[in-house]
Amino acid sequence: MEYGRRKSGGSSATVCEVPYVPDAEIAGICKTYGNDKHRMLDILREVQDRYRCIAPSTMEKIAASTGLTRIEVEGVASFYSFLSLTPRGRISIRLCDDIVDRYSGLEEVTKAFEDVLGIEVGETSSDGAYSLEYTPCIGMCDQAPAAMVNDVVLTRLTSESARSFAEALKAGQSPEHLVSDRFEVLTPHDRALRMVDNNIRHAGEVLLGPVPDDAGLNHAVGMTPTQIITAIEESGLRGCGGAGFTTGRKWRFAASERAEKHFVICNADEGEPGTFKDRVLLTERPHLVIEGMSIAARAVGAREGILYLRGEYVYLRDLLQQVLEERRRRGLLGENILGVKGFNFDVRLQLGAGAYICGEEGALISSCEGLPGEPKTRPPFPVNRGYLGYPTVVNNVETFCHAARILDRGAKWFHDMGTEGSHGTKLFSICGDCLNPGIYELPYGHTVWEILERVGGEDAAAVQVGGPSGTMIARDSFHRKLTFDDLATGGAVIVFNGERNILEIVEYYMSFFVHESCGYCTPCRVGNVFLQKAIQKFRKGLANPEDVEYLKDLSGTIIETSRCGLGMTSPNPVLTTLQNFPLVYSAVTKPSKDGIRDTFDIQSAIDGARKIAKRRSYIFDRDFTQ
Amino acid sequence: MSGTRRETGFSFTIDGVEVTAYAGQTIMEAADEAGVYIPRLCDHQGLRHQGSCRVCTVKAGGRSVAACTQPAAPGQAVENETKHLNKMRRDLVEMLFHEGNHLCPICEASGNCELQAMAYRLDMTETTRFPYLEPCRPLDASHPDIALDTNRCISCGRCIRASQDVDGKGVFGYVGRGIHRRVAVNGENLAETDAEVTDHAISQEVCPVGCIIRKRVGFVTPIGEREFDQGLIGQEIEEKRK
Ligand code: SF4
Ligand code: SF4
Ligand code: SF4
Ligand code: FES
Repeated sequence: MEYGRRKSGGSSATVCEVPYVPDAEIAGICKTYGNDKHRMLDILREVQDRYRCIAPSTMEKIAASTGLTRIEVEGVASFYSFLSLTPRGRISIRLCDDIVDRYSGLEEVTKAFEDVLGIEVGETSSDGAYSLEYTPCIGMCDQAPAAMVNDVVLTRLTSESARSFAEALKAGQSPEHLVSDRFEVLTPHDRALRMVDNNIRHAGEVLLGPVPDDAGLNHAVGMTPTQIITAIEESGLRGCGGAGFTTGRKWRFAASERAEKHFVICNADEGEPGTFKDRVLLTERPHLVIEGMSIAARAVGAREGILYLRGEYVYLRDLLQQVLEERRRRGLLGENILGVKGFNFDVRLQLGAGAYICGEEGALISSCEGLPGEPKTRPPFPVNRGYLGYPTVVNNVETFCHAARILDRGAKWFHDMGTEGSHGTKLFSICGDCLNPGIYELPYGHTVWEILERVGGEDAAAVQVGGPSGTMIARDSFHRKLTFDDLATGGAVIVFNGERNILEIVEYYMSFFVHESCGYCTPCRVGNVFLQKAIQKFRKGLANPEDVEYLKDLSGTIIETSRCGLGMTSPNPVLTTLQNFPLVYSAVTKPSKDGIRDTFDIQSAIDGARKIAKRRSYIFDRDFTQ
Repeated sequence: MSGTRRETGFSFTIDGVEVTAYAGQTIMEAADEAGVYIPRLCDHQGLRHQGSCRVCTVKAGGRSVAACTQPAAPGQAVENETKHLNKMRRDLVEMLFHEGNHLCPICEASGNCELQAMAYRLDMTETTRFPYLEPCRPLDASHPDIALDTNRCISCGRCIRASQDVDGKGVFGYVGRGIHRRVAVNGENLAETDAEVTDHAISQEVCPVGCIIRKRVGFVTPIGEREFDQGLIGQEIEEKRK
């Protein structure tokens, strides 16, 4: 469908035979998860992995085992991009279709795969061996173009490397062997490093510098929950996911809520195109992440935690499982942690399945509960009633890491870094048209210019701060500062040079939001499609000056009436470019002739008929000699 | 119902009119009781609140919120009938028209349709600037007594909640995501489900548009004598105040 993205997974998969699935096997999978409907995502992921799709008959069986209706199972199965109701290939190749990948040669890479495999993007080969599709940003913008091949990540693809990978797959090699022929014997950490570079360009004092093992947790066990919360409050730590809510206050709210149980959830679902900092922390500081969660658990009295890992980072699953195991073995998770009586806490890893919206707190909780990733109605807030109705602290990876470090080094140490209102350091993931894309840990307060000098992006013409839902600024704003009070960001900085087409970028971002809207509420579900179409009109040169007003007006409605942060920010690419790059829009707008709108394109309107009739129109074809 | 609740009652204002509410009530519930109508499509009496159409958007303490899910708060100043809010609401109603395929003149819900009535109430009298999405949606006439024309479905989910919570069945549910999110039935088609024409979910009051159709009763009431031919939608609530 036109308002979807360029052919992506899901809707247009070639139908091949649905494999026969014995009921007993499905029942077995369900049983592994205690026939618990809240573990639906795990159940469906496993069915998908094993049978390449979630066929109608399996849905019925799953429903019967978990006490749901078939339509409820289908609701979940049809929500997530990585799950499919029609068979995918045994090897599923997902090319990352981020704007940065497009600017780094995605087209040639796609072509190479298509050539060798003999299928087009969106198709599955007739023998069911491969499927090829696009997927939105997988968090590898610093080494684009990238792709996921089943659970394996390939980076820095070129048409040559893509061709040889595709040939190897065709010759029967497993995706793992594309990475290393010794894959099986490598440690999970080595495997991750073989696939993905960390690109740490600047290590700061808090997160990426030397970090002693469990120093924060050791301090925390000697403190009362109130003391821990006070320390976090005094440090000035704010959530690093983008919204910037004061972490200490969040913990205090959750701690003061009387309930049978409390939960701590780590949001490892960074999905904002251009963000990849959590990926690096999860690879290089996984213990620190869990340490931070354990401290939060002690502060709010939680016994259970969930680490929600985005489906795109499945390559880190083994690594994280290993870390959890190790911590259990060392008495850092489980009963009586560090010998402290009654300090019980354990973490379960929950994998997502391809849905950007699950980075939203409520949607993430829904997903953990085995539901489609739809945001929850607020109030109640998660700190009052979150996961399964219990008070829940949700923080992102970076925030938990900071918390652990604050407990080690003290609130003042952290508070003294950065600026007023934005304390401490921040991980910036920087990519696009610059010499040194990667991760920079810097205190808050740097200007965009300073950042650009550091990364070798001085010839930038536009910088996207905070990903698509953030702000696109032009050179005249590069003096602005990266802080909560000026240019707030979850960490993504994307650099574009003067050769890039701003409207193309905006259209890409809008199609991203159209693809990722959960569809719950009208303005976001429908309005973003209209915005995307309006931008297309500008790009085709068919817009009139009034269309600028239309863009602003429609954006206003979407922002004001949407139910969650996605819709409240999705028009930002349009609004911030209108504001900061007005000439780009005026250059392609022209007043309509004779009051007649120029939007109707007779050429394309008659194209279908022309093809069917195998004749051309004497009246309308511009140049009949063609 | 009254005795204890009245004691915990508090007041707030809607467009300057003082309204009484009780702890736990939403803005819309309090407004309904006080005879102030807030436009709505996905919310329906007796069903869980969903908060998805956003037509009930009001300003409470300066913030835009959905009146059907937002709890009333003491002393709060709520804006409802303002030019700005009605314009937003009209945009949303227009979005719903453009998202599906609506041909009122040939629709059997015409005159009984809440979407159409809302368009009249919100003064949607001119052609809009929104593009038509013209989706290709199926018609399910498999069931002996019920038909489903999802071309007119506005995804309000009222049928889903009615079937689940009132009928205890779960005949309907959402599938898909984003613009592809749709209402679907619990089986191959409607005939394969346990839907019955006597279900609350199938009754005339649940589906606000002409999507869930009871066979052989169409046009029993002639156009001109239908519900919203008599007056604006929301009138019966507003009449409480007079
Ligand atoms: S704003 Fe978008 S993502 Fe958020 S609830 Fe509405 S449709 Fe879903
Ligand atoms: S459902 Fe309502 S709005 Fe749609 S065509 Fe029928 S009468 Fe018109
Ligand atoms: S079928 Fe009717 S009640 Fe059900 S979601 Fe669609 S419009 Fe609402
Ligand atoms: S009536 Fe409140 S959102 Fe639909």
